[in-house]
Amino acid sequence: MTENSSEVRKFDSAKELVGAEHVGVRAGDRWLVRHVDLQVRQGEIVTLIGPNGSGKSTTAKIVLGLLDPNEGHVRKSKNLRIGYVPQSLAIDLNLPLTVKRLMTLTADHDLQEIKVALHSVGASHTLNCAVQELSGGEFQRVLLARAIISKPQLLVLDEPVQGVDYSGEIALYELVGALRDQLHCGILLISHDLHIVMAATDTVVCLNGHVCCQGSPQRVANDPEYHRLFGVRAADTLALYHHDHDHHHHADGSIIAQGETCECPLDAASDAQKTDERDAGNV
Amino acid sequence: MQHLMRKKPMKGMRVMFDDFFVRAMIAGIGVALITAPLGCFIVWRRMAYFGDTISHSALLGVALGFLLQINISVAVFTIAALVSLSLLSLQKHVKLSSDSILGILSHSALASGLVVIAFMPGLRVDLTGYLFGDILAVSRIDIAIIYGGGLLVLLVLAWIWRPLLAETVSYDLARAEGLKPEFTRLVFMLLVALIVAIAMKIVGILLITALLIIPASTARRFAASPEMMAVGAMIAGVLSVIAGLYCSMSFDTPSGPSIVVAALMLFLVTSIVPLTKGAR
Repeated sequence: MTENSSEVRKFDSAKELVGAEHVGVRAGDRWLVRHVDLQVRQGEIVTLIGPNGSGKSTTAKIVLGLLDPNEGHVRKSKNLRIGYVPQSLAIDLNLPLTVKRLMTLTADHDLQEIKVALHSVGASHTLNCAVQELSGGEFQRVLLARAIISKPQLLVLDEPVQGVDYSGEIALYELVGALRDQLHCGILLISHDLHIVMAATDTVVCLNGHVCCQGSPQRVANDPEYHRLFGVRAADTLALYHHDHDHHHHADGSIIAQGETCECPLDAASDAQKTDERDAGNV
Repeated sequence: MQHLMRKKPMKGMRVMFDDFFVRAMIAGIGVALITAPLGCFIVWRRMAYFGDTISHSALLGVALGFLLQINISVAVFTIAALVSLSLLSLQKHVKLSSDSILGILSHSALASGLVVIAFMPGLRVDLTGYLFGDILAVSRIDIAIIYGGGLLVLLVLAWIWRPLLAETVSYDLARAEGLKPEFTRLVFMLLVALIVAIAMKIVGILLITALLIIPASTARRFAASPEMMAVGAMIAGVLSVIAGLYCSMSFDTPSGPSIVVAALMLFLVTSIVPLTKGAR
């Protein structure tokens, strides 16, 4: 809890970019998400985690103004420049679109700006490629470059590492952290992969239709709600970079199905967690 | 020639051969120039069925135009625009796939049009012209409508080009980054309605979608950017109109289908041409 308060203080003076207050969205009679409070401040990385169907993308869409909440409301600072990497983006094969042209999709940019943006995500070589020819990892990097080219104040990244292999994932999350430092923007990140995210973020919001727990990675990692949601997988979350990668991912990087089906006792999880917490001190 | 005489016997005898052929050419080229860039968006957005739906509704517009004795082009545009708007609203409020909604609208509009026309016996004679185009009966006023309306369509399209393209790539992305995709989508649908009203006389209600899609598909292989594809589609469309009309004249075939067959030939021939490196 002490760690948490120091984390909060770090961003206390930072300007709020966007804030959701008790928002909820309904589809028919069912609430997709409800009672969600969150805010993203300048320079802060806020990560939404949660199982599939827990309302992560829905929450991001509320924050972006793509969905009107059925209750609660969203505060947004005036003339907020937003960069967005949506969860899925399928570009029709019949649309001839090079990376260069994609970069000017929503606003004009000269070639120099385009090259700088692509360089900063390590995708300079793709400049003249057709977007449909890119590999999954390249495409995600290009989408990230496209989102940052307008120097946004708020960057919303919905599962930015999908289709990227494990080492690529680490590189991409490091890149996200570097971009935050470079642009000094707020970042709302969505992930269902706990490991890397927890180390690269300032505030974690754990969702499952509602906010289960929220705070610094340390605080969330210690929260029983979090363990209930993610099972044994939650335990080694903070051990990032410090231990050998000893488990398996699905092709899409998902580990949640395993966590959900696994009936692991909480005790085992917290035992493992103790050792991991020591490691986490070095992160 | 017989085909032509049958339709406009008085005019056909009085007017010089060259004169109406030239008018037909000018009108057809104008239509090809407007349908091409709009057709690219129809292809990119996979809206072929939408194009069909809107053009089928045109027949209802024709029928109501005669019934209420108002300008046919205005009536067609009004009905096509109303169908576009009801499509938008049905997609929001009805729990059916877009495909089914389009199917319902498309065929019920065509059927209602035919039923209304059946109540007006004098009109039945001209039905073929509306369904398959009657390019050889194009008047100077028609040409004025095509070029005036066409210029309007192209100007509006240039104005909404960036948001429309962004929305085609991703609605959410365009909206999140401050463009106005709902508005753009609405304008685009009205443009399609306008194009149907303009192109109907030339290629006919049943074949407008072909003129939207085939030239754009022909241009796809040779284009490396959306803008190049639009220009390529214009070239392909104009070539199809020229070739189709010459065939229509030489073999006395109906103009609309001839143009579409020419467009198909061009598509097939260019499909087997090997590409030079660099083009995609």
